Amino acid sequence: MSQGHTSTFKNPVVKWIDSRLPIFTMMHHEYNEYPMPRNVNYLWAFGAIAAVMLIIMIATGLVLAMQYAANTAIAFDSVERIMRDVNYGWLLRYLHANGASMFFIAVYIHIFRGLYYGSYKAPREILWILGVVIFLAMMGTAFMGYVLPWGQMSFWGATVITNLFSAFPIVGDPIVTWLWGGFSVDNPTLNRFFALHFLLPFVILALVILHTAALHICGSNNPLGIDAKGPQDTVPFNPYVTVKDLFAVVCFLILYAAFVFFMPNYMGHPDNYIPANPLVTPAHIVPEWYFLPFYAILRAIPDKLGGVLAMFGAIAVLFVLPWLDTSKVRSCKFRPIYRQFFWVLAIDALVLGYAGAMPAEGIWLLIARIGTTYYFFHFLILLPLLGKLERPLPLPASISEPVLKGGGHVAAGATAKPMEKA
Amino acid sequence: MAQTTHPSGTGAPTAPGGEGTSRRDFLYLATGAVGAVGVAAAAWPFVDSMNPAADTLALASIEVDLAPVAEGQSITVTWRGKPIFVRHRTAKEIDEAKAVNTAELRDPQKDEVRVQKPEWLVLIGICTHLGCVPLGQKPTDPRGDFDGWFCPCHGSHYDSSGRIRKGPAPLNLAVPPYAFLNDSRIKLG
Repeated sequence: MSQGHTSTFKNPVVKWIDSRLPIFTMMHHEYNEYPMPRNVNYLWAFGAIAAVMLIIMIATGLVLAMQYAANTAIAFDSVERIMRDVNYGWLLRYLHANGASMFFIAVYIHIFRGLYYGSYKAPREILWILGVVIFLAMMGTAFMGYVLPWGQMSFWGATVITNLFSAFPIVGDPIVTWLWGGFSVDNPTLNRFFALHFLLPFVILALVILHTAALHICGSNNPLGIDAKGPQDTVPFNPYVTVKDLFAVVCFLILYAAFVFFMPNYMGHPDNYIPANPLVTPAHIVPEWYFLPFYAILRAIPDKLGGVLAMFGAIAVLFVLPWLDTSKVRSCKFRPIYRQFFWVLAIDALVLGYAGAMPAEGIWLLIARIGTTYYFFHFLILLPLLGKLERPLPLPASISEPVLKGGGHVAAGATAKPMEKA
Repeated sequence: MAQTTHPSGTGAPTAPGGEGTSRRDFLYLATGAVGAVGVAAAAWPFVDSMNPAADTLALASIEVDLAPVAEGQSITVTWRGKPIFVRHRTAKEIDEAKAVNTAELRDPQKDEVRVQKPEWLVLIGICTHLGCVPLGQKPTDPRGDFDGWFCPCHGSHYDSSGRIRKGPAPLNLAVPPYAFLNDSRIKLG
C-alpha cells in the first residue's frame, strides 16, 4: 500500500485492520515493547490497580443503575430491593460501595508514591496535573454516588457540601439554588446527581487515557528518579511489568474481597441506613473516610468562606506543585532532609483524617489547626525553600550502575550486551 | 509585498496604516466573537434548565394555624422543603432578645426587625453555616448558651431571636416572608 500504515503483523485479518487503523501497532508499541525502568518497585503497580478499580466501578455501576430509581420517594427502597431481591444485588452493591474506598486507597498510594519519588517534576508536569484533575473528578463522583441511597448521611452530606458554595459572596446563593434545582436538597437534586454520577466515570476514563498518553511520552519515573539512558536501564513492559502488575492487582483484589465478604459496612456509616429526613440532622455528620483530611481543613478555619477557600486551596496547591518544588532532584532517596518532611506530610494527612472524623471542638480542633498549618507550610514554604537550601546526595550515573557493578555506565555501551539476558 | 505576517502566507493585503493587521485578522476575530456569543446563548437553556422548575416554584406558600401553640412551645412546619421554626416566646425570652447590645453582634439586627409580633418568632430552621437543622425545638433539646438554638454539626449558638452569637455561622437564622392573616394564623411565602 502506498498510502496508510505499513503493518508488520503476520495474521492477514490483523494486518488488514492494522494497515487501515494501526491500533494493533499502537497497543504493541505502548503495552508490549514500552520500555520501563528496570528498577521500578511495587509502588509502581498502583496505577494499574487504580485502572482495574475504575473498570470494576463502571461495570458494577452499570448493572446497579439498571435497578436503582433516582426518585426521593423510592430511592432508599430501591437500594434495599437491590440488597434483598435482585440476583446478586448484595454482591454488586457491596462491590461498588467498597470499590469506591479501594479505588481511593489505590489512588492515595499512587499520589504519595509520586510525591516521594518526585514524579511530578519536569518533564511530567502535565502528567501530574491530569492526575490531580482525575482525583478531583473522583471526589465529585464519589460524593454524588454517596447521595444516591438517600439515607440520612446521603441527604445531610449533600446539604453540607452543596452549602459550601453559599460561602461565596453574591453569587453563592444563586449557585446553591441552581445546584439544588430548588430551595433545598430534594428530588431535582437527587435526579441530577444520578445523571452526573453516571457521566463522570466516563470522563475519568477519558482523563485516564490522556494521563497514560502523557506518561508514555515522558516514560515512567523510577525509584532513583533519574532518566533511563538506554536499553541497559529498561525492560520491555510485556512480560516483565504486566506480570508484576498482575500479581499486585491480585493481591489488592484479595484485600478488596476481604472487605466485600467479611466487613462490607466497615467503611460506611450506620446512619445511612436511616431514610433521609429533611427535618432531623444527625448529631454527627461525617463524610466518607477519603474526604476526612479535607473536611478537617474546612472545619479548622473559624470563618466560613476562609474554611471553604482553605479546603479548595488544599487541592489547588497540588496543581502548582511542580513549580513549588524547586529541587531538580526527583527522588527522595537523594534528598536527606526532604525525605523526613515527606513522612511528616504523610503523618500529617493521617492525623488530619483522624481529626476530621472527630467532633470539631476542644483538642481535635487544635490538632486540625496545627495539621492544616503544616499542610500549607509544607507546600508553600518548605518545598520552595528546601530546593535551594538542601544539599542532595550524589546521583548514580545510571539506573543499572548501582545494581550491576561497573556495568551499564552511560559511556559503556558495549557492556549492555551481556545484560540482555537479565 | 514579498513577506506577510499572516501565517497562511496568502499575501492578504495589509490594512492601510495597520502594522501587520489585515482585513482577514479582523474577520477572524469578528467571526470568533459572534461564534462565542452564539455558543453562550445556546448554552443558556441547558444551564437554566437546572434552576428551580415552575412546579417547584409553585409550592411557594402555606398557611399555619398558631392557636394550638402554647406559650414557650415551638412547632416546625415545612415550607419549600425547608423546616420553618415557629416559637411562641415567653416574656423572659423576649426581654433577653431585646436587652442585647446589637453592636456586639456578628450580624447586627434588632429583635424588633426580626418579628412582626414580639411573642411570635418565625425563622427558617437552617443553620447559616452549612445547612444543618439546629436543635432547640423540643423541650429536651439543647438550646445553646443563649436560650435559642444550637447546631450540633459545627457548634453554632443562636439566641432567642435566632441571631448568631457563637460558632462558625456567619449570619442570623433567616426570617421567611410571612404575614398575619388574623391573630392566630399566618401565611408563609
